[in-house]
Amino acid sequence: MNLNAVKTIYMHEMARFRRTIMQSLVSPVLSTSLYFVVFGAAIGSRIDQVEGVGYGAFIVPGLIMLSVMTQATTNASFGIYFPKFTGTIYELLSAPVSFLEIVAGYVGAAATKALFIGLIILLTAFFFIDIQIAHPFAMIALLVLTCISFSLLGFIIGIWAGNFEQLQLIPLLVITPLVFLGGSFYSITMLPPVWQTITLFNPVVYLISGFRWSFFGTADVSIGVSLLAIALFTALCLGFIGWIFRTGWRIRQ
Amino acid sequence: MTAIVSVKNLRKAYDGGFEALKSVNLEIEEGEILALLGPNGAGKTTLISTICGIITPTSGTITVGGFDTQTDFRATRSMIGLVPQEISLEPFETVFSTVRFSRGLFGKPRDDAKIEEILAQLSLADKRDNKVITLSGGMKRRVLIAKALAHEPRVLFLDEPSAGVDVELRKDMWDVVAKLKASGVTIILTTHYIEEAEAIADRVGIIANGEILLIQNKAELMAQMGQKQLRIDLSVATPDIPAALAQYELHRAPDGRSLTYTYDTKGPRTGITTLLNDLQNAGLQMKDLQTQQSSLEDIFVGLVKEDQ
Repeated sequence: MNLNAVKTIYMHEMARFRRTIMQSLVSPVLSTSLYFVVFGAAIGSRIDQVEGVGYGAFIVPGLIMLSVMTQATTNASFGIYFPKFTGTIYELLSAPVSFLEIVAGYVGAAATKALFIGLIILLTAFFFIDIQIAHPFAMIALLVLTCISFSLLGFIIGIWAGNFEQLQLIPLLVITPLVFLGGSFYSITMLPPVWQTITLFNPVVYLISGFRWSFFGTADVSIGVSLLAIALFTALCLGFIGWIFRTGWRIRQ
Repeated sequence: MTAIVSVKNLRKAYDGGFEALKSVNLEIEEGEILALLGPNGAGKTTLISTICGIITPTSGTITVGGFDTQTDFRATRSMIGLVPQEISLEPFETVFSTVRFSRGLFGKPRDDAKIEEILAQLSLADKRDNKVITLSGGMKRRVLIAKALAHEPRVLFLDEPSAGVDVELRKDMWDVVAKLKASGVTIILTTHYIEEAEAIADRVGIIANGEILLIQNKAELMAQMGQKQLRIDLSVATPDIPAALAQYELHRAPDGRSLTYTYDTKGPRTGITTLLNDLQNAGLQMKDLQTQQSSLEDIFVGLVKEDQ
């Protein structure tokens, strides 16, 4: 195991995070604060409680998930795509590192960044809304798992992407709609029965529902099913990365 | 001399059927400078990239320091430094941090003093905190070399080191290569500048169409090229070579207006002075003289043409 290499990639990615702090940290915090102001304070005051929780508080877990999933995916995909774009990937490929170590470095850094952003948004939420966390350890565990699994997905996208447009494609066209339609801003029980069934095919529903359970102790789907869904998604990403590792798909000729 | 890099029956074919390397065999001796010469698309970069692990070979084996590049890739890649042909650098990194990154990536513990030393060796010390994007092309190439040397490799591959580099920097680069060789590093460079191979290599390999056509000690090659030709243009055409000049190896042009004399520069005497005297005595009037030397380029072009 080349731990020096893992550490080097991780530190290198984190250094980029620090260098682009405005873009990396301030903008998701700002946009989430805007959500709180608009949906929480302005519109939320006219909405009844959802599942026994004030609307402002109800959307907090969904908002954190929205940012964390988007940030984990874009950070990880950019992290591995950029060396492909600049050509510096030659160095990764000729270095005495295994693909697993490369993944650990890039995904570890992207997950850390996403976790950081998630926690900062949670802190920001405390400024706007009175909120209690029913299961803090489960909350952290679910958050970390989501950060890791979506960073893995981002890594795959970064390997797959052939240009910057493709890099943006999946976060923009797949993840954002799934998160918005996955119950970030509403409980799926509020939907007509047909849509409730359709929504259950959206994997993000399970993540948001599980995460919301850790805050309020209530959920659209049971926490066991949520955990299973996250585990399945992580396993799927890991399996795909394992396949990339074996075949050298899109990276090694 | 022992081989530090050994390539056996290496073949690389792409999905489209294109065969970039056709059964290449190559032994690189420890401490030597080997120049691989060849036209564009000959397979030079493919060969280097395969040894370094960037390209997976279709068949054949490569060992570096006795280790197989496929099964013991950690051992082989730790020994190798690669300077790629394209300038591939992260634009917003500083010189120092990008070189430090390379060292860490190759598994070496952080050693800032060593990196300072490498930067100084490449005249980059005053640029250590500059962002890569602000550097000139030549400076960027030095940064690439610094990155390749960051983990103190035993074998250094330089892929077209002088592409797009001015004469002064090229000379500097040759100095750096000479110093590295003195410190025991084995160097393999690809080039299509014959003069570069002549100037710094110990051995020269010629590669075309995915095959190594020739690999030979440069001194031996040069000895073969010691033959020089002197062409004597005559004021008045001569119908034949006068008997008084029979002892010389002369060739008469079909129109009789010039004679060509082939001689060996390495020999004790070239025989030019006596030839010129005898020419005058034989009554031939000289109009002009010119000499010509067969170069590595002639051999190279000849071989590559033959191969096609």
